[in-house]
Amino acid sequence: MENWLMLTLVGKDRPGIVAKISHALFDMQGNLGEASMTRLGGNFTIMLMVCIPESQTAVQNKLQQICDELGLFFHLDAIEAGLHRHIEPDVRISVHGADQAGIVARATDVLNKAGLNILNLESDVGGSSESPVYVMHIEGVAGKGFDAVDKALQALARENDVTASMTPIDTMVG
Amino acid sequence: MALLSILVYPDEKLKRVSLPVKELSEDINSFIADLEETFRSFPGCVGIAAPQVGRFERIVMVDISHKPKHVNHGFLVLINPEITFCEGSSLGREGCLSVPDYTGKVERAKSITLKALNQMGEKLEFQMSGYEARAVQHEIDHLDGKLFLDRLVSRRNALSKRIETPASP
Repeated sequence: MENWLMLTLVGKDRPGIVAKISHALFDMQGNLGEASMTRLGGNFTIMLMVCIPESQTAVQNKLQQICDELGLFFHLDAIEAGLHRHIEPDVRISVHGADQAGIVARATDVLNKAGLNILNLESDVGGSSESPVYVMHIEGVAGKGFDAVDKALQALARENDVTASMTPIDTMVG
Repeated sequence: MALLSILVYPDEKLKRVSLPVKELSEDINSFIADLEETFRSFPGCVGIAAPQVGRFERIVMVDISHKPKHVNHGFLVLINPEITFCEGSSLGREGCLSVPDYTGKVERAKSITLKALNQMGEKLEFQMSGYEARAVQHEIDHLDGKLFLDRLVSRRNALSKRIETPASP
């Protein structure tokens, strides 16, 4: 039975975070799986699967030293996980417009009701401080078909004065 | 006829550059029949290249006719294929028989002009765009020792609008 942990980490961005954390895990014979690491609002964030023979307490203690030095917060969870469990998205959705409170909540609510299973969501606020612009991209599986998603997005766009569109993803396997 | 086994990444042989076919011999024809049988054994797959089965000659097959919403030329056997003109760019998701359990976004030319020989040695020329042009570019990459992994666009960049707009010719 493989011992997978999910590492969640956040802190003020600075060079070297990824190198130091991954090196520490490697030193403990950790095998990294899938990961998402990105800078959000001046912070660096990591969500990382690691399969490691050491106990969770040992990993916790080792990472605590490094994170204290770098000023990072982290959390470890034992998870039931494995590699090669990808689900292919069949739709890509784009929403953008003037930033407004509640847009993620409303968009994801209508998409959930339209049968969408979100696999990946990235959102950003661009534009200027005076007129911020919100941009969101989602990839997912349209569980109730593309029409349901399309109708949901049209209603979302109408009611919230945003641009919302979808494109089916037809993966080319050659 | 025989089913051929597929080379799987990180097999170094997938990086080999294939040589042009010099003569359409009986041996080549029999190989093409085996390659087609192998290709047909993967439903949903739209193309295959000879080096994927360990034969390093410039032969590919493409067939997107089971995706009827895309304009296509049916089943094509392309010998010594060459892209003589390309235009625009488009972003799409690709996978590969030689790279199981992974798909990613790749930027390709939107439209191409393609020259090749068919199995009878006749010279062919095609204008292709969209999905079929993508499939052909993916297969010709195999002949040059390239995989779609060599052309991946990172997730965040893939979301940028810049890439969706056609490049100037």
